[in-house]
Amino acid sequence: MSLLSKALLAIWDFVVGDDWLTALGVVAALSLTALVATTSVPAWWLMPIAVLGLLGLSLWRAARSARVDRAR
Amino acid sequence: MSAAELTLFLSVFLACAVEAVEALTIVLAVGITRGWSSALAGVGAAIAVLAVVVVALGPTLSELPIDVLRLAVGGLLLVFGLQWLRKAILRAAGLKAIHDETMAFARETEAAGRAGVGSQGFDGYAFTIAFKGVLLEGLEVAFIVLTFGANQHRIGLAVVAAGLAVTSVVVAGIAARAPLARVPENAMKFVVGVLITSFGLFWGTEGAGASWPAGETSLLVIVPTLALASLGMVWILRRQGERADAQPRGGPAMTESA
Repeated sequence: MSLLSKALLAIWDFVVGDDWLTALGVVAALSLTALVATTSVPAWWLMPIAVLGLLGLSLWRAARSARVDRAR
Repeated sequence: MSAAELTLFLSVFLACAVEAVEALTIVLAVGITRGWSSALAGVGAAIAVLAVVVVALGPTLSELPIDVLRLAVGGLLLVFGLQWLRKAILRAAGLKAIHDETMAFARETEAAGRAGVGSQGFDGYAFTIAFKGVLLEGLEVAFIVLTFGANQHRIGLAVVAAGLAVTSVVVAGIAARAPLARVPENAMKFVVGVLITSFGLFWGTEGAGASWPAGETSLLVIVPTLALASLGMVWILRRQGERADAQPRGGPAMTESA
C-alpha cells in the first residue's frame, strides 16, 4: 500500500470511523438542505431532524451488534 | 468575551483536556517503565508535527469564503461529532467499555515491560509509543482547534484554550505522578460530543444556505435539545438492555432485539 493510500485511509478512519452510513447520511442531508434553501421553503429544520435520525439509527445498529456479541 | 467565544473556549478546552488525559497515561506508562529521555523526545517530536499541521492549515482555512468554510467544516464536525457522541452514548448505556485510565496505564506498562530492552541511550520503543500516543490524541485536538477556530476566525483563542487544557492536565499529572483516573473522562466526552455535533449542525446548515430562525442564539436551543435527546437515547438503550438481561439467554426478546 502506497504512502498516499495509507494517509487517505488514516484520514477516512479518523473522520468517518466505522460508521460510513452516518457520514453518507450527513452528506445527503446537507445536499437536501442546500437544495431546499434555493426555494422559498425554510430549510433550517431539515438538518436537526436528519441528525437525530442518523444518531438514532447508528445507535440502534451498534446496540443490536453489541447485544448479538453479548448473547454469543 | 462574547457568548460565542466563551462556548468556543469551553468546547476546545474540554475536548483537549480529555485527549490530554489519554496521552498523559501513555507517556507516563512508557516513561516510568522505560525511562524519560526517549519518551519525552517522542512527546516533543509529536508536538512539533502537530504545531506544523496547525500553522500550515490554520491560515489557509481562515482564507476560505465563510459559506464554503461553514459547509465543509460543519459537515466534517457533524460526521466527527456524531461518531464521538455515538460512542459516548453507548458507553453511558453500558454497551461499550468505559475508558478507564488505571486499566489503560496497567496495559501500557505491561506492554512496555514486555518489549525488548532498548539500547543504552536512545530507546526506540519509548520514543515511538510516546510519539504515536501524543500524535494520535493530538490530531483530534488539532482538528477541533482548526475547525472551531477557523469558523469563528479565532484560531488564537482556540490555541490558548487547547494550551491551557494540556498544561492543566500535565501539571495535575506531575503532581499526582499517576494517570488521572479521577477525571470524569466519560462524562466529559459526552459533553464534548454534544458540543461538536451541535456546532457541526449549526455551521453545516448555515453553510448549506439555510438560515436559523434566531441566528447564533439558536445554539442556545440546539445544544440543550441535543443533550436531552442524547440522554433520552441512553435511557432507552439502558431500558432495552435491562429487558434483554431479564430474558433467558437466547430467548425470544433477545433474538428480537438483536
